[in-house]
Amino acid sequence: MMRFLLLFSRQGRLRLQKWFTPTPEREKKKIIRDMTTMVLARKPRSCNFLHWRDLKIVYKRYASLYFCLALEDQDNELLALEILHRYVELLDKYFGNVCELDIIFNFEKAYFILDEFLMGGEIQETSKQIVNRSIEASDMLQEDDNSDWYEVELFG
Amino acid sequence: MPAVSKGDGMRGLAVFISDIRNCKSKEAEIKRINKELANIRSKFKGDKALDGYSKKKYVCKLLFIFLLGHDIDFGHMEAVNLLSSNKYTEKQIGYLFISVLVNSNSELIRLINNAIKNDLSSRNPTFMCLALHCIANVGSREMAEAFASEIPRILVAGDTMDSVKQSAALCLLRLYKTSPDLVLMGEWTSRVVHLLNDQHMGVVTAAISLITCLSQKNPDEFKTCVSLAVSRLSRIVSSASTDLQDYTYYFVPAPWLSCKLLRLLQCYPPPEDGAVKGRLVECLETILNKAQEPPKSKKVQHSNAKNAILFEAISLIIHYDSEPNLLVRACNQLGQFLQHRETNLRYLALESMCTLASSEFSHEAVKTHIETVINALKTERDVSVRQRAADLLYAMCDRSNAKQIVAEMLSYLETADYSIREEMVLKVAILAEKYAVDYSWYVDTILNLIRIAGDYVSEEVWYRVIQIVINRDDVQGYAAKTVFEALQAPACHENMVKVGGYILGEFGNLIAGDPRSSPLVQFNLLHSKFHLCSVPTRALLLSAYIKFINLFPETKSTIQEVLRSDSQIRNSDVELQQRAVEYLKLSSIASTDVLATVLEEMPPFPERESSILAKLKKKKGPGAVSVSELEEGKREGGELNGGSDRGADTAAMAASNASTPSPQADLLGLRSTAPVGSAAPSAGSLLVDVFSEAGPATPSAAVNDDGFLSSAPPSEDPAPPLSEADELLNKFVCKNNGVLFENQLLQIGIKSEYRQNLGRMYLFYGNKTSVQFASFTTTVSCPGDLQSHILYMQEHFVEPLVEGGAQVQQVLNIECLTDFCDAPLLNIKFRYGGALQNLTLKLPVTINKFFQPTEMASHDFFQRWKQLSQPQQEAQKIFKANHSMDTEVLKAKLLGLGTALLDNVDPNPENYVCAGVIQTKNQQVGCLLRLEPNAQAQVLSHTHTHTHTHTHTNLYSCL
Repeated sequence: MMRFLLLFSRQGRLRLQKWFTPTPEREKKKIIRDMTTMVLARKPRSCNFLHWRDLKIVYKRYASLYFCLALEDQDNELLALEILHRYVELLDKYFGNVCELDIIFNFEKAYFILDEFLMGGEIQETSKQIVNRSIEASDMLQEDDNSDWYEVELFG
Repeated sequence: MPAVSKGDGMRGLAVFISDIRNCKSKEAEIKRINKELANIRSKFKGDKALDGYSKKKYVCKLLFIFLLGHDIDFGHMEAVNLLSSNKYTEKQIGYLFISVLVNSNSELIRLINNAIKNDLSSRNPTFMCLALHCIANVGSREMAEAFASEIPRILVAGDTMDSVKQSAALCLLRLYKTSPDLVLMGEWTSRVVHLLNDQHMGVVTAAISLITCLSQKNPDEFKTCVSLAVSRLSRIVSSASTDLQDYTYYFVPAPWLSCKLLRLLQCYPPPEDGAVKGRLVECLETILNKAQEPPKSKKVQHSNAKNAILFEAISLIIHYDSEPNLLVRACNQLGQFLQHRETNLRYLALESMCTLASSEFSHEAVKTHIETVINALKTERDVSVRQRAADLLYAMCDRSNAKQIVAEMLSYLETADYSIREEMVLKVAILAEKYAVDYSWYVDTILNLIRIAGDYVSEEVWYRVIQIVINRDDVQGYAAKTVFEALQAPACHENMVKVGGYILGEFGNLIAGDPRSSPLVQFNLLHSKFHLCSVPTRALLLSAYIKFINLFPETKSTIQEVLRSDSQIRNSDVELQQRAVEYLKLSSIASTDVLATVLEEMPPFPERESSILAKLKKKKGPGAVSVSELEEGKREGGELNGGSDRGADTAAMAASNASTPSPQADLLGLRSTAPVGSAAPSAGSLLVDVFSEAGPATPSAAVNDDGFLSSAPPSEDPAPPLSEADELLNKFVCKNNGVLFENQLLQIGIKSEYRQNLGRMYLFYGNKTSVQFASFTTTVSCPGDLQSHILYMQEHFVEPLVEGGAQVQQVLNIECLTDFCDAPLLNIKFRYGGALQNLTLKLPVTINKFFQPTEMASHDFFQRWKQLSQPQQEAQKIFKANHSMDTEVLKAKLLGLGTALLDNVDPNPENYVCAGVIQTKNQQVGCLLRLEPNAQAQVLSHTHTHTHTHTHTNLYSCL
């Protein structure tokens, strides 16, 4: 399974973080630091794979953003590259020519799209059409549903 | 700020983000954030009820702030509120917040679970998916408790929408991984397996991840999946690229599903059914054939997807390790990739070949690529690829090519990246030792190593060369001559001085006949380096000098002069000063005979293990090396045992010295503790010693004692309990705290407390290494029918990663139902440097732990004693005391046993009388106990009586 996915800029600014297993905040910060320094230090045209602790790191740069995915020992690196690519395609389809700013300003959408595609560190749906359709469908969901806004006053 | 914000934009949020981006400094950013936090807090606290939109917006802002790396300590309630909104976008933000910022606040979890429950039963597929996602994201034990039984139902229900099925499958997988004990597949097993036949490819893709994980844990229950997987795979492989519509990825039909199917099959041995197997072999051949076809697209996505399947197929072929034809084809395919223009493929081919090198069918085929790999080592631009090349060279090395490979690695070392030098040095050292036919080559190689990369030669390496030279007299003269020559270099590495000093101090006499290396010349040469060296090296040299005085009496006055000089005898370093003073005194007082005895040549090293290999594993962490090491161990293991007479001797001696009568059992026990050494001193070290003596006959053996460490079959079954487990157990009969187990990797400490029929045990697992333990799991089991006697509950599970030097704790609650004899077993598994460590211990839970002491007066005691006089209530045993019978010690032990020690009860003051009640859930068993020690014969006769029958045996076993 995948352990985490990070998106960060060339300056090392984190743009998206998805953790597929519960990770303490301190550990997260350490991992983010390790990943950004390690990946940003790579020379161009190096291979896209690295070993880190007991994980395989697969990364790829799209425009100004680095996509960095951590895999367990059993997982296939080449397909992981294509998972990143598919995610980029999905973002691209949704935002239309996606750029870093789209992900910054609509970070919640970036998470929703990812959730349609991956779950619990495994791939949920590989069909681009199906994922796109369900993202569109949720966008289409009417704000003013049949009932008015109500709030259950659970906490007094 | 971009103009578009699809769906429903939140303007306030966009403004805030844009403000943050405009901040010129970190301080400004923090200021802006604090302002926003204050604003949100006041909004949440305000009298005016917020509408859903505002609440969503603020929650989203908080989330943004959190993701920027700031702490958020409020807003959770508002987020939970959003969960029960029936506006999708509000609910969605609520769930996102909860997923990212789970709080272990139990009150909150209950409310979240409530909202999830509502959504799961809403029959609205979008809501159900959101809820399932949230469970998978949080994956906490509380959630598993709440939903683990519900989700399988959703997964297999006929009317569940496909998208919900997909989410349910992966959600269940997540829960299974966190709380396997709560996810009971039982009745669902066959329906889940049949999801492999589902018409919807997305459902199959999601379900197969779940099935693979379940199959790894319960292969037997899920083995029907093999034939289903094969037929599904075969349909995909033979389909045209357009057949699968959107599941075709850049002209490759269903690459993700194909890879997952191939991965699932790797959980099982080759199919037994001939037809299924035939079909599978056909699939594998088709995949290999397709690799030769021209690509259908020039896009890298096409080739990646296609090759991903190919690599997965090769993994399966290697896993089966039974089809020579396929193995060789796989090897040829990888050979092509070795020269591919895509760096990624070269990298993967090198990595994959490492495992292939360990198969007897393909080892030779891998070797044919040696030139390409050497070339890769020299010319690859990417250091991680070069590292793979070095790994592969190491894996493909055998006696036939060792000299070439070692030479290439040595020459690569001169320009190697600093980051991998130390590892390279270790590898060269290991190969040189393992495949040394003549030891002069070995000595040359190690000295070359020191010359080329002295800074990276760790202590282990130079200790090792000294050990070997000392243990092998045929190489001593050569070694002395070579170090002498090496020391002639004007600048030589300090490690060279160390090795030189040690070897000349021992064997300088072997070359002293030559006037060019006369004793005085040797001494002057060594001493010329003295002042450039660090303190430890100087100390070593001083010892070499005193040895010289013994070897060559003619150097005595010169050396005494040196020792007497102020710079030695008044050295500010205590160690140096002490050595100088003592050696000087020794050389002037002692007679030649005494001197000769004191300074005799070092005896051969009784070897425990080649520390180099351990060091390499430590350094490397999990990865190619350790895997190949492990495989190599297997391969050579056979050779060693079957090959030479020495091998047979070793086994026999190990058996005769083993503490348990069955050699088989002991060997197994030893394997699981192989890294121990200290914990299994009797059998363990002996076996290793013998191995090292076998070294001369089969040079590979010396290293093999390490190989042993990793050659334990990487079985997932719990190892049989250690042979010394009983001994360990006995230590704890009378005490509750202490170290249960310790080896070089791991220490397990125990603290326990018992009250009535309940006990609580704290287990502390300490990682003694500097390397992380991965996949660390512990399982407690009750063998046989013990389950009906003791109940235990694991309070919490240990995190799967234990960092180097860290200690993790586990709590175990124990309840005694009825009396029992056997101890529960604790199985510990983890990966250390890639090798699976598997260890089983007995937990020190013995019946006496549940004793409640009872005070009673003399006549009460004997009255009860008499009442309990029926045969089944009485037991008597005479045994020889293992330890001396010191009164205080015995008293302490009896108290430790948990009973009350009654004074002035027995008329004979020599006797010990105890009383106690064993508390079990079902009953209370009173026990009276009398020890009649007989000091002369060291025999304790020993009677006791109580109300229940077979408790006797159990108690005796404790005593």
